[in-house]
Amino acid sequence: MTAPITIESLCHDFQDFRALSDIALEIDAGEYIVLLGPSGCGKTTLLSILGGFIVPSRGAVKIGGRDMTGVAPAKRPTTTMFQDYALFPHMTLRDNVAFGLRMRGMARRERHARAERLLELVGLHGDAGKRPHELSGGQRQRVALARALAVEPDVLLLDEPLGALDLKLRRSMQDELKSLQREFGTTFIHVTHDQEEAMAIADRIVVMNRGRIEDVGPPERVYQQPASLFAANFMGETNRLPATRGPQGLETPFGHLAAPQAPSGDGPFTVCLRPEQIRSGTDGWSLGSARVGDSAFFGTHFRCHLHCDDDAETTLIAHLPPEVQPRPGARLTLSVDPARLTIFAAEGAAP
Amino acid sequence: MRRLQWGYLFVAFAFIYLPVASLVLFSFKDGSLPLPPFEGPTLRWYAEVFGDRRLMAALGHSLMVAVGSSLTACVLGFLAAYGLARHVLPGSVWLRGLLIAPMTVSYLIVGLGLLIVFNQLGIGLSLWAAGIGHVVINLPLCFAIIYASMGAQQQNIERAARDLGAGEVRVITQVTVPMLAPAILAAFFLAMTLSWDEFVIAFLLTRFEVTLPVEIWSLLRSGLSSKTNAIGSIVFLGSAAIVLLLELFIFGRRRP
Repeated sequence: MTAPITIESLCHDFQDFRALSDIALEIDAGEYIVLLGPSGCGKTTLLSILGGFIVPSRGAVKIGGRDMTGVAPAKRPTTTMFQDYALFPHMTLRDNVAFGLRMRGMARRERHARAERLLELVGLHGDAGKRPHELSGGQRQRVALARALAVEPDVLLLDEPLGALDLKLRRSMQDELKSLQREFGTTFIHVTHDQEEAMAIADRIVVMNRGRIEDVGPPERVYQQPASLFAANFMGETNRLPATRGPQGLETPFGHLAAPQAPSGDGPFTVCLRPEQIRSGTDGWSLGSARVGDSAFFGTHFRCHLHCDDDAETTLIAHLPPEVQPRPGARLTLSVDPARLTIFAAEGAAP
Repeated sequence: MRRLQWGYLFVAFAFIYLPVASLVLFSFKDGSLPLPPFEGPTLRWYAEVFGDRRLMAALGHSLMVAVGSSLTACVLGFLAAYGLARHVLPGSVWLRGLLIAPMTVSYLIVGLGLLIVFNQLGIGLSLWAAGIGHVVINLPLCFAIIYASMGAQQQNIERAARDLGAGEVRVITQVTVPMLAPAILAAFFLAMTLSWDEFVIAFLLTRFEVTLPVEIWSLLRSGLSSKTNAIGSIVFLGSAAIVLLLELFIFGRRRP
């Protein structure tokens, strides 16, 4: 029960507002895809188009090789899990989960047995006779998941499914979602604005911004080698250094940088350094000496604000290992591995 | 201070319930005038009411009109609310306003208007005409109550049902109506009590077969009598029973 999806040059306008422009994406059968972006980036619109709730202004959606662009939600091999769960308040959990099967004409005994098996699978064994209002948020979420999976869809669409849960529950539900997805083999498309959630569960992350796809790839690639400045910023903390084209490589506040990965053009450029790339030491590209400002302990690292001597205007954020003892006021010599830096044309620069 | 609060409560309830209480009390009086001093008690007047064929017929008519008109108003109100809550229509603000506006028109004006229209159309005065009148006054109410209960949350639930394969008819019958049952039943019972008590429209639009309030009015023309008190008590008990049912089975269940 799984299918690949092809999205071809999809555009959608809400009156004058362009919600999606020129979206193209290939999704393999059985993949766990996360659509990641800030609110208003078009990720929910894209999900609604995949679910059949919105017919796009232009472009096509193919699921399992068949054109589904204008097909109604009921006739698609997709089910949607709504953000507010949208459980039927007047039905028992058993009837909630069995609803899709009932619509398909399955006999009562059979569909109830199947519903109970699914409830057991999501850890609600013995609660089949309860009604949704008797459950906690996390339990409702599980019922919604069981209800969506009961009809054995090829594609499951999840609209910010963990948004209403507290952090701890969210982390444990992430693991459950991922293991259920592996078990069923269904293609999952999951919308979120939480970058950590995306990294925790996605096979591939689709970073979206202002109706466009900024980057598509496995979490580690999108994090380490983002395709755009937006993706670099959105996928976690990053230090940005301004740079211009010099005679050999780039000129930065920390001096000359030989960077073959810099894009062509005259600049200006933005050099992105992840906080954990900054090291205390001298090998690699030197950032000179710096004084530690604030420093907070996070278990695996200290998160520090570093005031650099070479460039008084720049405060770098670094994650330093506890052995370095980066206490406030301490002086450190900093460097980074230049091969791991990512460099983009600065915002507003001509491409 | 405490005493003052209880005193206020007592006075307030006395103000509301004294007229009804005296009506009920004097319906048990053994004497033809429902005035002090109290003698009795007796069930004589109740026996007379239940023995009166005209009154019993009027009671039946009232029930029929109340149930029929409330049912119609609820169905029409639900369909209007569903349409306006779920679809973007041009000028839907105006449509909503037009649907609710009749609530502000007095029953006398509605009754007169219907009288003129029925006369022009050659439709005779009857219980049907009164029933139509009650649909006219209760439709805005039913619409408003049901419309208010249809939020975005309910819309997402309907969307989920469609997503799981339900057609439009099954969405309405298996999801929307059961989900909104508290609001729909509240609208129905409220419409029923209003129709049950309504006099002006029923008086203007009925002729030979009349509803209970009209029958009571014609009895009152021949003066006060303990018998009218007995009928009044029965009517009051009917309304009170509906409100009680409403509270027990609909509003009570909403708070889990």
